[in-house]
This record gives sequence, C-alpha cells and structure tokens, in this order.
Amino acid sequence: MLWEALTLQLGYNATLVTVGAALLGFAAGVTGTFLFLRKRALVSDAISHATLPGVGLAFLLMVALGGDGRNLAGLLAGSALSAWVGLLAVSFLTRRTRLAEDAAIGAVLSVFFGFGIVLLTVIQSLGAGRQAGLEDFLLGSTAGMLRADALLIAGGGALVLAVVLALRRPLTLVTFDPDYAVARGLPVARLDLLMMGLVMAVTVIGLKVVGLILIVALLIIPPVAARFWSDRSDHVVLLSGAIGAVSAWVGAALSATAPNLPTGPMIVLTAFAIFALSLLAAPGRGVLAAALRQNRFRRRVHMRQGLLALAHGQPIYEGLTLRLLQRAGLVRPDGVPTEAGQARAARALRDEARWAELRAGPGNEAAAALHDGVRDIETVLTQDQIAEIDRRIGGPRGVPG
Amino acid sequence: MGADFVTLSLTPILIGALAAVACALPGNFLVLRRQALIGDAISHVVLPGIVVAFLVTGAVASLPMILGAAGAALVAVVLIEVVRRLGRIEPGAAMGVIFTAMFAGGVLLLEQSDTSNVHLDVEHALYGNLESLIWLDASGWGSLTDPVALAGLPPELGRIALTLVAVALFTGIFWRPLSLSTFDEGFARSLGIRTGALGLALVVVSALAAVAAFDAVGSIIVIAMFICPPAAARLMTDRLGAQVGWSIVFAILSAVLGYVLAGYGPGWFGLGASVSAAGMIATVSGVILALAAVFGPRRKGAIVAT
Repeated sequence: MLWEALTLQLGYNATLVTVGAALLGFAAGVTGTFLFLRKRALVSDAISHATLPGVGLAFLLMVALGGDGRNLAGLLAGSALSAWVGLLAVSFLTRRTRLAEDAAIGAVLSVFFGFGIVLLTVIQSLGAGRQAGLEDFLLGSTAGMLRADALLIAGGGALVLAVVLALRRPLTLVTFDPDYAVARGLPVARLDLLMMGLVMAVTVIGLKVVGLILIVALLIIPPVAARFWSDRSDHVVLLSGAIGAVSAWVGAALSATAPNLPTGPMIVLTAFAIFALSLLAAPGRGVLAAALRQNRFRRRVHMRQGLLALAHGQPIYEGLTLRLLQRAGLVRPDGVPTEAGQARAARALRDEARWAELRAGPGNEAAAALHDGVRDIETVLTQDQIAEIDRRIGGPRGVPG
Repeated sequence: MGADFVTLSLTPILIGALAAVACALPGNFLVLRRQALIGDAISHVVLPGIVVAFLVTGAVASLPMILGAAGAALVAVVLIEVVRRLGRIEPGAAMGVIFTAMFAGGVLLLEQSDTSNVHLDVEHALYGNLESLIWLDASGWGSLTDPVALAGLPPELGRIALTLVAVALFTGIFWRPLSLSTFDEGFARSLGIRTGALGLALVVVSALAAVAAFDAVGSIIVIAMFICPPAAARLMTDRLGAQVGWSIVFAILSAVLGYVLAGYGPGWFGLGASVSAAGMIATVSGVILALAAVFGPRRKGAIVAT
C-alpha cells in the first residue's frame, strides 16, 4: 500500500495531490531558505495564521452573492488578501511603534486567528454543516479533495516554484548582502516584498494540504535541515527544496495509506525526521561529526603530552595517554619507551622548542597564532624557516662566544 | 443583570479575566525581553502533552492533563535550547522546528487514539470552552454567600485563581531582579543576580500560566493575552510599573468586553447563536493594541529602542 502510494498508483486524484504536495514542498523549501537566512523565519507564522479571517470572509461573501461558499479558488483569494493585511500589520507595528518584531508577530497571529475563529462560529450559526470544509483549513485534509482543487494546488505549486527558481540569484544576493545588492542596482525593497509574496503564495496554496497551523513548518524545517549539509547558499537553497519535496511526497503518500493519518502532520513529521537525521549525522555541522572531531583532538592532545613526558623522562600515570602510546607501539606495558617512542618523543620535544622560539621572536605573529599545542610546526612553516629557527636554537646555550 | 447572568456569565467572565491577567503579567517581561513567541510555542506544545496524559491515564481528568501539558512545555523549552546550541541555529527557527513538530505529533496521536467517546479534540484545544464553564448551582446574586452553591463553582475557577496568585507572587517577589535583568542583563549579573536561572524561572512561570489558562480557555486566548495587553501597555508608558498596571487593565477589559460581545453581540444583530468567546476576546485585545499603536502616547518612546 505504501509502495503504491509512493509510486503514485492510488488513482488520479491521489497522484495529483502527491505531486502537487511535492511541488509545494519544493517551493516552500526554496522560499523558506531566504526567510531563514534573513532570520525572519517566524514571520511566516504570522502570515499563515492571518489567512483564517480571509477564508471566513470569503465564504460569507460568496454565500451572500448566492454562490457556493466552498469554492477553493475564492477561499484562497480571500486568505491571500487577509494574509497581506496581516503582513502589513506586522510591518506597521515593527516600523511605526517601538514594539519588537516578535511581539508584532505574536500579536498579529493570535488576533487574526482569534477573529478567524469568531467568523467560523458565525458561519456555523448561519447553517449547520455547510462550513464543514472550512475546519479542514486548520490542519489540512486531502481526503475527498475535488479534482479541480488538486489541479489548482499542483498548478500553484509549480508556478511558485518556477518564480523562485528564476529569481533565486537576486534573492540570494539580497539575503546575504543588502548593501551590495543596492550597489548592484537591484530593487531591494521590491525583492523583499516579492519574498514575502512568495511566502504568502506558499502558505495559501498549502492551506488545503498542510493546514494553516502547520504550513509554517514546511517553510522552516527544510532550510534548517539543509543548512547542516552545506555552507554554500546555492546548495542550501536546492537541498532545502529537495528536502521539502521529499517530506511532502512521503508525508502525503503515508497519509494516503490509512485513515487517521492526517496529511499535514505526516508531512511535518517526515520533515522533522529528516531534520533530526541532519542534526545528528551531517558531516561538518552535525553533532556526530562534532563529537568525532572533539575526540580526535583529545587523543592528539594526550598523545602529544605523553610524548613530551617521555622526552623529559617523567612517568605517565594517566590511563588514556598510556593506552594511546601503547597502542601506537611507543611504550612497553611497563611504561618504558620503545625505540620508536624515544624517537617520537625527541621529535615532539624539538617541535615544542621550535614553537617556543617562533612565538618568542617578532616577525612571525601570523604563524605563531596557529600554535595550539598539537599542531606540528612542519605544517605551518616552510623548510627554510624551520632551518632558520633551528640555527637559532641549535647548539649549546649559555656558552659564550 | 439577573439570576441568569450569575448562572451563565459570571463565572466565564471571571475565569476569562483571571486567565488573561495571569498570562499578561509574565507577558510584560517576555515582550520586553523579545521572547514574546515563547507563549506561542508553549501553547502549541500543550496539545501533545494533554494527549499523552490522556493516553496514559485513559480519562479526561484535569490534573494529569495539566501535568502532561506542563511536562510538554518543559520538554519543548529544553529541546529548543538543545537544537539552538547543538545546531547553532537562530532561536526563532529552532523554536519553529520544535513547536510545529510537537504539535504535529500531538495531532497525529489524537487522530490515532480512540477519543470518540470523550471530549478531546483539536478544536477544543484551540478555542477552549469558556462558554461551558457555567455555575449551575447559582440561583442569583445571593448564591455568592451561599456555601452550598459556592461548592458547585467550576473547578477551573479555583485553579486559575491559584495560578494567578502564584504568578503575581513570583512577579512581586522577584520584581527588582526581574526588571533589572530585563533591561540590563550585564548590570544585573554584576550585582550578583543569577540571570540565567531567573530567565528560566520566568519561562517556567509563563508555562504554568499558559497551561492553567489553556485548561480553562484554550490556546488562542493564551497567545493573545501573553502579547497584546503588554504590547499595548508598552505604547502607553515608559515606566515598567505603569506598564504592568496598564496591561492588567487591558487584559481585564479584553476578557470582559470580549465575552459580552461574543455572548450578547450576535443577538444585537439578530443572529440567534453566540460566537466563540475565546476568539472574540483575542479580537478585542487586538483592537485595543491597534488603538494604542495609533493613538498611544508612547508609540515611539523618548529613547528610540533598537
């Protein structure tokens, strides 16, 4: 069943929903990256919660005009409008008053959401049952989706994706260096606005699939996960899109395999699993890699200190140091250095003396700053420089002439 | 203002107002410390907490659910910190990752478990059920002195009142260190105040207020009351004491006005049923904030905050 869902064999509608969700996920991942890199991830939370009153008002308006209140295109248009008002409110509170952006975001999301709930209860009181579709916007639902709706979502996702991919270079530039972008003649204010517009588009298209409470996760989790794998912005953008697409694809497929597996939460939990994996296993920034790095460093410090102790003829009591030296064949089990150990110890001592000379004298501050107690000086200086230092430290000291 | 009012409206209004004040008090410091969205995060993660408590105990009982919600809030705060430190991610994004994932987990658990015969669903968690907290034993204003009727008060009233006392005590006792560390953390630390522990205590107290208020009124009021009254109060005055005073006034005003508008307002327009009180309270608090943002005497402040 899951395999069929993943390979799109559950019928035309399920296929449309899955493909549409994946397109949406890709668009959300790419758009979210810019938001994340500008450190404005939670603005999207205000935008998504602010869609609710628009959904309610659009429903009321369409009913008042004698139409079908559940027309998805009309509801989405209303949600886009009220999300825009919410965004304006956030920027008004941030720019024109002394409130910080987080307070503005929290105020807008709670007030708009509260007002939306008021409207939902108004709709409920107008006629029982007719609002049934609206509650789905809270948590998303793909069950029983109309074909036209699925097409709308797939088409909208593809459109947003095309726009973001086409504009990803200027958006990247604005994200990293707004001043330079101005100097290059880019319309920064308009690009910023466009970014928010894209966030809004992703939110609105995602309302039906993921729901307005959780859509923010599709904008935040993929970029955060992608950031672990690369330091290059163009890679992070595409990787984040891919993570978003995979999460949405797998989540939608999982949700189609059984009842009681709501689409939005399944997509979010899939994305979170990818995030957790990245946090642990990513090379470079991952927790595991960091732990390995730290362990390696610790071993090198112990090794070095052990060799220096051997060179000075001091006994070693520390367990890890002894184990490391023994394993490398540098000391015998009774702690007496082997021939190889004596050679290495002498080399470590010479290295230490060279470092001391380098750090004492003027002129080599850049190289001297690299001293960390474990680095071999050969990796920092050229042969000629080392020869020069050896000339200075070589020979017996304290003997005149 | 007859017997009906005492039976049907007095206790919900009281509970709403107490919950609003309990959230607004710590909210003042959260807004000033730029941690306003902690309330948002906590109110989302409360859902998995109560679902897990329900699955463990198998009953919709208040105490385990409050414990579960408080536990979930604590887990969330710790996880956000872990993700922030281990992943070197900015706090906003770390928060976004954790609270959405935990909320999604809560929804999934709820859908998977058999809750058809108990009153536990996502909608209830979001909007609460303020209207149902009525005082059935009351027969009029005289019941306020009648011990038998008083024993029939909804238990939520006692809980939220206790929480408010606890929150107020915390704010009162730690007023000086709290305000010092809010405005100048470095200076506070130089005076020997343990700012880290104090910050954590503030978050824990906020979580306590959020969980107790959530139990009574749902998560929308919680987020709105954490942020809107303190934010509006911030635009009224430069002094912290006055700001807290304003925020209490705004919180009570939102709760009372919101409840009255929700309960009686639709009737004025000829609509039969009432609308969501929680949503209306949040809406009123937003209107107050909007008015303060346009007309407040200290919209910008003498010293421009950066």
